[in-house]
Amino acid sequence: MVRKSTAYLIFLLVAGLVMAGLIFMHPRLQMVDYERGLVKRQHLVRELGLTDLCLFTEARYTRHLSQADLHSPFQDYPMALEHFPSGSLVLPPEHLLKR
Amino acid sequence: MIQLSGIKKTFNGGKSNEFKALRGIDLEVALNEVSVFIGPSGSGKTTLLSILGCMSRPTSGRIWLSGREITSLPERFAAETRRETFGFIFQNYNLIKGISVLENTMLPAYPTGMKYRVIRDRAVSLLEKLGIMSKSEEPVEHLSGGEQQRVAIARALINTPSIIIADEPTAHLDTELAQGLLDIFAGFRKEGKTILIASHDALVFESPVADRLISMRDGKIV
Amino acid sequence: MIWIERQRAFLDFTLSSLWRRKVRNLSLLMIYALIIFLLSSVIFFTHALRKEAESVLKDSPEMIVQRVVGGRHSLIPISYVEKIDQIRGTSSVRPRLWGYYFHPASKTNYTIMVPEEFSQPDDTVETGAGVLRTWGPLWKGKLYFKTHDGEAILLKAINTMGDETDLVSADLILMSESTFRKISGIPEGYANDLSVNIRNERESQTIMMKTVKALPDTRPILKKEIIRTYISLFDWRGGYVIVLLWGALLAFFIFAWDKATGLSAEEKTEIGILKGIGWDTSDVLMMKFWEGVVISLSAFFLGVIAAYVHVYFASATFFEHALKGWSILYPKFSLRPSVNPYQLAILFFLTVVPYTLLTIVPTWKVAITEPDLVMRH
Repeated sequence: MVRKSTAYLIFLLVAGLVMAGLIFMHPRLQMVDYERGLVKRQHLVRELGLTDLCLFTEARYTRHLSQADLHSPFQDYPMALEHFPSGSLVLPPEHLLKR
Repeated sequence: MIQLSGIKKTFNGGKSNEFKALRGIDLEVALNEVSVFIGPSGSGKTTLLSILGCMSRPTSGRIWLSGREITSLPERFAAETRRETFGFIFQNYNLIKGISVLENTMLPAYPTGMKYRVIRDRAVSLLEKLGIMSKSEEPVEHLSGGEQQRVAIARALINTPSIIIADEPTAHLDTELAQGLLDIFAGFRKEGKTILIASHDALVFESPVADRLISMRDGKIV
Repeated sequence: MIWIERQRAFLDFTLSSLWRRKVRNLSLLMIYALIIFLLSSVIFFTHALRKEAESVLKDSPEMIVQRVVGGRHSLIPISYVEKIDQIRGTSSVRPRLWGYYFHPASKTNYTIMVPEEFSQPDDTVETGAGVLRTWGPLWKGKLYFKTHDGEAILLKAINTMGDETDLVSADLILMSESTFRKISGIPEGYANDLSVNIRNERESQTIMMKTVKALPDTRPILKKEIIRTYISLFDWRGGYVIVLLWGALLAFFIFAWDKATGLSAEEKTEIGILKGIGWDTSDVLMMKFWEGVVISLSAFFLGVIAAYVHVYFASATFFEHALKGWSILYPKFSLRPSVNPYQLAILFFLTVVPYTLLTIVPTWKVAITEPDLVMRH
């Protein structure tokens, strides 16, 4: 019978190696693929003059977050509680918070 | 030689429920003998054994073991002495439930840092000697009372102690099993071990195994 | 060597001890791993998104000029182009035509846009991959639009941007200028905003001020601000998700605390027995330390591995609902697989360390009692 601590230490070692492999090795292996996509995205951003990530399409001011004007995004005043769920994930744009 | 001088033990000192368990014990116990402490319950047998075995400190008094003073040891050394010099067989066996017989036997050796294989081999040979090797992988609570006591004995012996302390070892055994236990104790004496037993069972103190009877009452030797 | 043998022996005992209540302890481990999984998923995901935003949006226009009327973003006259062009340091000014189009059939908002050069016929569109995923059935490969004055038009989808650009293009519909004006109703001579390229980025602040001076009704937005918006976007200190997850973690610790402080009579007896048979106080605490480590370190490894797979292999599927919110469209990510070791270390110290301490501390009181208790019954 295998000693319990041996079995557990092997588990820890394997888990640790898998984690280290994912965190330190996988990014390097993926970089080529990733860079290829990134170049395409950068190209598109440059060509179309895009300003925002397409993360939340529910409203114009969540779709183009950085373009939102002072009043429309937060309906009544800039720090009003958000209407949309995505509003609970993101802060109001910084230029609104600063004033 | 174990020498005790002026051993007193008071529980809950200074409170209303103060209880004087030992009221000044002076005693010499020879090594390589079987000494039996007899007396009614509450006479202080168990308290004396636990002080002898470095489990608790006397309120006052000193104990010398082969000339070495053991009452004022710091906790770490008391624990070390406890596990390397003494082997304990408790009245209720005090085995750890849910853990296998083999592991229960090995437990006192864990803090010593001995090699696992050495501890294991020693435990296996003890269990074989005591005839319960076939149950070594079973959790202890599946064993009968007599078998559990043997596990407790094997555990007491794992660190090859020179002194074995047994508190009411026959309390839960029938005559046949109790006789078997006394035979085991006789074997220990032959190996040169010192055995200290607390018992009020006639089977024990009338047995030829007992070399010396020490009678106690109200926290004193009588 | 003695030290190692001792630790391994304590570990052996702890494992046997935990295994006695395997259902309970394994479920504890799983819940703990799940919480670490959620926390590290959020950390990985937001870290990757921030990195992504930084590297993608660095190619955005240097400056966007909006016109503000009544405190709101309004249409900008194309005549403004000349005035900005005259400001020293700007290299090109171009009106941007874009807007939103709500498609009632799929209840989805899309972004309609006119690229600088659209070489296709007027009755065609180029779409982002997300558009065709959500639009619903096409009619002979054509998309049905309603113009601003209520007229119906069909536009043929001729080209689709690939999945790889989804993060910036999922909801885009590109079309010719005349079609755009028909659908959006933005009159000739007006644009949505102006994009300005600046020769020297260091002058952007000055050019911005000059723009506001020349055109007081405009609001310029610098690329710097755009990127900053996205960097602080998923700031974990601001996200309610994190608040919720901390709540979960807190609940777990309360549970663990309860478990740990309420040492059962059985556990107390066991500690007494161990002390009785020659274990030192520090031996008992060491054994308990291993108990904490076994649960929390295993949970940490399992949780982090699962989170990595979730975020970088499965496109953060579990967050889809939270991110999507009320929108229909959800882009397919290919995030830069990178982990910030600093954040991982923080997670480690916030999870593994407190749990282990929580296991040890309550044992302390029991472990320092005199071992003769086991002799008394």
